[in-house]
Amino acid sequence: MSALYLLILASIAVAAFFLIAFIWSVRSNQFEDKQGAAMRMLQDDEITIN
Amino acid sequence: MPTIDTERNTIIISKPVVHKSTACYHCGTDCITDSIAIEEKVFCCEGCKLVYEILNDNGLCDYYKLQSHPGLTQIKPARADKFAYLDNEEIASKLYKFTDGNHTMVTLYIPGVHCASCMWLLEHMNKLAAGITESRLNFTSKEVTIRFKKDTITLRRIVELLTTIGYEPYISLDDATQSKTKNHNKQLIYKLGVAGFCFGNIMLMSFPEYLSLDKGIEYEYAFLFRILNVVLALPVFFYSASAFFSSAWAGLKQRILNIDAPIVLALIITFSRSIYEIATNTGSGYLDSMSGIVFFMLVGRVVQERAYKSISFHRDYKSYFPIAVNVVTKDGIISKNLQDLQEKDVVELHNDEIIPADAILVKGSARIDYSFVTGESEPVLVEAGKQVYAGGKQVGEKITIQVVKPVAASYLTSLWNHHSFAKNKAEKNNRESIIHVMSKYFTIVLFVLAATTAVYWWVNDPAKILPSVSAMLIVACPCALLLAATYTNGNLLRLLSNNGLYLRDATVIEQIGDATHIVFDKTGTLTQGSKQFHTTGHQLTETEKAWVYNTASHSKHPYSKALVKYLGAFPTLEIDKWEEHTGKGLYAAIGNNTVQIGSAAFTGVTAESDSNKPALYIRVNDKVTAFYVTTEFRQEVAQLIPQLHKRYGLSLLSGDNDRQREQLQTLFGQNSTLLFEQKPLHKLNYIKQLQDQGGKVLMVGDGLNDAGALQQSNVGITLADDINNFTPSCDAILDAGKFGKFPALLQLAYSGKYIIYFSFIISILYNIVGLSISMQGKMNPMIAAILMPVSTLSIVLITTGLGSLVAKKAGLSLKA
Repeated sequence: MSALYLLILASIAVAAFFLIAFIWSVRSNQFEDKQGAAMRMLQDDEITIN
Repeated sequence: MPTIDTERNTIIISKPVVHKSTACYHCGTDCITDSIAIEEKVFCCEGCKLVYEILNDNGLCDYYKLQSHPGLTQIKPARADKFAYLDNEEIASKLYKFTDGNHTMVTLYIPGVHCASCMWLLEHMNKLAAGITESRLNFTSKEVTIRFKKDTITLRRIVELLTTIGYEPYISLDDATQSKTKNHNKQLIYKLGVAGFCFGNIMLMSFPEYLSLDKGIEYEYAFLFRILNVVLALPVFFYSASAFFSSAWAGLKQRILNIDAPIVLALIITFSRSIYEIATNTGSGYLDSMSGIVFFMLVGRVVQERAYKSISFHRDYKSYFPIAVNVVTKDGIISKNLQDLQEKDVVELHNDEIIPADAILVKGSARIDYSFVTGESEPVLVEAGKQVYAGGKQVGEKITIQVVKPVAASYLTSLWNHHSFAKNKAEKNNRESIIHVMSKYFTIVLFVLAATTAVYWWVNDPAKILPSVSAMLIVACPCALLLAATYTNGNLLRLLSNNGLYLRDATVIEQIGDATHIVFDKTGTLTQGSKQFHTTGHQLTETEKAWVYNTASHSKHPYSKALVKYLGAFPTLEIDKWEEHTGKGLYAAIGNNTVQIGSAAFTGVTAESDSNKPALYIRVNDKVTAFYVTTEFRQEVAQLIPQLHKRYGLSLLSGDNDRQREQLQTLFGQNSTLLFEQKPLHKLNYIKQLQDQGGKVLMVGDGLNDAGALQQSNVGITLADDINNFTPSCDAILDAGKFGKFPALLQLAYSGKYIIYFSFIISILYNIVGLSISMQGKMNPMIAAILMPVSTLSIVLITTGLGSLVAKKAGLSLKA
């Protein structure tokens, strides 16, 4: 039955990964400008950073 | 077949349309002439053509592909040295977000941003000028963040470039003094994320035990799940719930029992009892219920604290005042930080610039527009040597003034030092909120019940005292009440904003519901910005109109301009003699004809009664025409005022003169107070007086001159024609286009309290069920785990449904 231990750990790890991803996305201001992001993706060329 | 261009809703009516017009390729304004053109592209002015040329030279013409006519009209060109003050490193450095001496980052607010083309162009700034490395636009807040190399390009050059292409940044004193703290909201989101993660996993870990029912699961798994639950509950209890702990503690320190206190008590008891049960292996605890409730309460908070990113409710005079002014010194004109402005400094002001401090006019013909300060819309003529006041705006030529009082001590700015600005309205509203009053009684009743239960079990079975009392406190957590309030408020905020009323925070809803008296400002609130003209007396013939037009068009006086606008376009005639008598009127001789425009005395007319005074008289040879300028009331007003009169006491405070008193008195009814020629401080004091008589005052205003009154009132609502425009600090902003819905919006806010009452009754019912079970000592984690989400969900559904129902009945739209 030790497979169960492994599965539980795996499930928590996956959930924790999503939590970290969520926190990272909030921290990097991805929810700051939802309107702008929607428009930006429709524009043809990407902005090139010199 | 003629085609109708439905896109063209930007036609400027005041401009005479002489021939079939073309829309400007850049901004879409109707072109008066086809002469300003490049190839087949026609522009309305040289400014628009220039922008096109700049973009064309840099290969940025995709700008015009994303949207037709995306630009902003360039008819009003900016003064060449307007941004010279940015060369002063001390001033510029206040705007920098970051600089290492060369690489610099600056964020500028650009009010003109409105479409995908704007975004595309602003994010390609690096192609327009060397030295700009990256530009990024936050479309929601209309802020562009530009990274540039200071050794290649200056901030002034960047700002001027932005201005040239039609995106003039708005730089005010506020930018220099503000320290931005936006992290608060993010903290709440992190807490919510953590609570959600832990809650979900704890639920999952608890299922095996619940579902195995009587049989019991194998011990080693039960132990593992319980340990995992404790580990997962720790961040919920110590991190996610910390907002409730600090709020409860802050309340207790001020000897106030707010709603967070009993909630925190319930959380502590739930957590410690669960830990005890798991440690002694007597049960599995209530950790799932605890983290669930924390999660739902946090969701409620997030819903309630929705922020409108593009709207600011906290503006004071600093947002209106420039960051720097031109000071005349022995070594020439220098830019000086507004805060460093001292008495006796001599300042130069150009057209449309704001007087930064109370001063004496030294040179130039000053025509000061005090509409910011007094609401009076006509500019005032000031002679040299007379005083001018901070907040006034110079209209016309360049003037020189000498400062007599520093910025902070000036008349307008001293309004912000008034004690009514010192108090935090949100905090005060929150303290008085109905849910805290309700939770106080709730807590008292709960403690009585807990004591009774304790006494009962002490007599019958002392071993059951602790389990039953603690279970009671857990079940009777007033979180349902808090949830009812937060979800009701969150839903109402959403409904109100969909209908054009944007509130600063949820505490304002209750204040609107409690209002007994509504005070209106007149200019800009009940009246519209646009003016109406009409004439009486001699009707001018077309030839006479041409003479009058030619006489008036040379004058800069606002009435002359109004007259020109009224007459429309006429060809230029040769004038033999033209005189302007300042403060009196105009005289012109055209051939054998004479034209006089001006006051009654100047034109030699017997003045009419005061109540209906023409703005000016026109005498052509010996025929007299009276010219009237009237401000037009918003069309909704006539319908709206009687509607509001049924429930509220009404007053009107106007900075203007009482020319329209009779008309307004009929509209407002005889028992309403109408006060005219009110200074900002008078308005504030009138509100105070109403409050001292026990009234709860809702003030509707629009400008800086109402700022004091808006702050003093229980609810200050600013009416704005464009909600993204500058509005003084207030509790709510109402979209002027939705003014007709005002009574319905008030009705919706009013109903909020009853929705909270109703959902509270529902939650009490759940509590009674839960309490009766726990008082008998039969409560177990399984029942708690079912009861908690069911009660939460039903309350969310009830509040949302009721709010939407009331909104629908009041004739409001449910969607944005």
